Amino acid sequence: MEQLLQQFASGLANGAIYACVALALVMIYVSTDHINFAQGEMAMFSTYISWQLMSWGMSFWVAFILTVMISFAMGVLIERLILRPLHNAPVLSIIVVFIGLLAIFNSMAGAFWSYLIKEFPSPFPKSEFGIAGVIGAHQLGVVLVTLIVLGLLFVFFRYTPLGLAMRAAAQNPQMARLVGVRVDWMLALGWGLAASVGAVAGIMVAHIVYLEPNMMGGILLYAFASALVGGISNPAGAVAGGFIVGILENMVAYAGNQIEKATGVYIIGNGEKLTVALIIVIFVLTVRPAGLFGRVVVRRV
Amino acid sequence: MAALLEVSGLKAFYGQTQSLYDVGFEIPMGGITTLLGANGAGKTTTLRAICNMVRTDGTIRFDGKNIRGMATEEIVRQRIAHVPEGRGTFTTLTVDENLRIAAYTRKDKQGVKDELERVFVYFPRLKERIQQQAGTLSGGEQQMLAIARALMLKPRLMLLDEPSFGLAPLIVLEIFRILRRINEEEKVSILLVEQNAALALDLATHAYVLETGKVVMSGPSDVVKNDENVRKSYLGY
Repeated sequence: MEQLLQQFASGLANGAIYACVALALVMIYVSTDHINFAQGEMAMFSTYISWQLMSWGMSFWVAFILTVMISFAMGVLIERLILRPLHNAPVLSIIVVFIGLLAIFNSMAGAFWSYLIKEFPSPFPKSEFGIAGVIGAHQLGVVLVTLIVLGLLFVFFRYTPLGLAMRAAAQNPQMARLVGVRVDWMLALGWGLAASVGAVAGIMVAHIVYLEPNMMGGILLYAFASALVGGISNPAGAVAGGFIVGILENMVAYAGNQIEKATGVYIIGNGEKLTVALIIVIFVLTVRPAGLFGRVVVRRV
Repeated sequence: MAALLEVSGLKAFYGQTQSLYDVGFEIPMGGITTLLGANGAGKTTTLRAICNMVRTDGTIRFDGKNIRGMATEEIVRQRIAHVPEGRGTFTTLTVDENLRIAAYTRKDKQGVKDELERVFVYFPRLKERIQQQAGTLSGGEQQMLAIARALMLKPRLMLLDEPSFGLAPLIVLEIFRILRRINEEEKVSILLVEQNAALALDLATHAYVLETGKVVMSGPSDVVKNDENVRKSYLGY
């Protein structure tokens, strides 16, 4: 029982990370119809920035907040300088640019900070955080931080005029221009927010997976799976998808371990977690192509 | 009456294709002007050209100031409200959000509040549907929301593209009655593009007839209404 709870808690913590990265993907997807393949590497790069700030003597949370702000500026700049000129480019060009960004961030991180694996601190004190035997201090902290970030984003999009303008620009850019919304800037803001949310995910997960230039590779796949499960065009769905994928992969691994213990036959275990996630994706997309919470888009021709 | 909008030598292009050739007209302050013409004559393009939604050439003066070439977002800030063809609403946003986003460019909070009250006087049905997603409204209600949305801008000029499109005749009459009230009570000048020429000529004070991207006739609507060619081509008697 205790093991089950621990597995669940770890799934919850992983799920929180997937949810953040999935949300970052969805934020850009809803306004541009593109999946930013460089989202994970941008988050990794942000994590290195926070590591650098901490190694210069800043405390964790100061570095955290500063990194989120720097990442925001970085996202805005990437949109304005790199993607803006490609506004009317064919999809394939944009995908190539995303893959290029991915490679650039990866090799820049390697060049600046080397490919050696680094330890990354956790800001959540072991003595006060977590519940012994149920959830670890860092896991609980990760869940709390991501819930706060997601809550803030929800309030921003739901209740502020700027959030409303961003939603309007994503839904119907031409109409948004007709009510005076500066759609180009909304896109850049969306990139900034996505980069910030990615940075939060990177900083939170770095303590678990350790800091190295390829740390987000697997996580981006999980996040993509989460976004698809929840419905790629639905931000709330992507968040739910993140938690679903995170918990489900751990539950399946747990069940596999139990079966092995009881019968001695190895069917499935921790090594197959990513496979599980991908099977979930294929299953959901076969049964519900729009994702669990997605809406089927009917285009009038 | 002074002209609020003066358009002259207006050309418009979709890619390589030119669809307006030297269009010119004036919209008097406080009046209702209609653009008539068959499908493809360039009515919608003219409205889109005013808001810089197509590539244009020529001059467009609004209140004496040349606005051609300004970004659409900036033209809206001159208080020109454009209600595009086929329900200009944000379908996934609620009625309330549609109306609030329409006032995005306005900084006077109290003014926006008053405006909202006034809009509900014209369109009480929208108040009942305030929390509903715009996409779930009926066609008539969506058109009302689109006009209400335009009103939230407190416009000086309203550009209306086919407000009768796909609506039942009774709803169309209701919408046209409301448009007349808006023109009289809110002092909003209106440029109306309409397939239903009879209705449009009843509402408008001035009319222009477009044919393949050129103005072929213009004058007070009473005169245009009694022109033999207009009667035959657009009114059908």
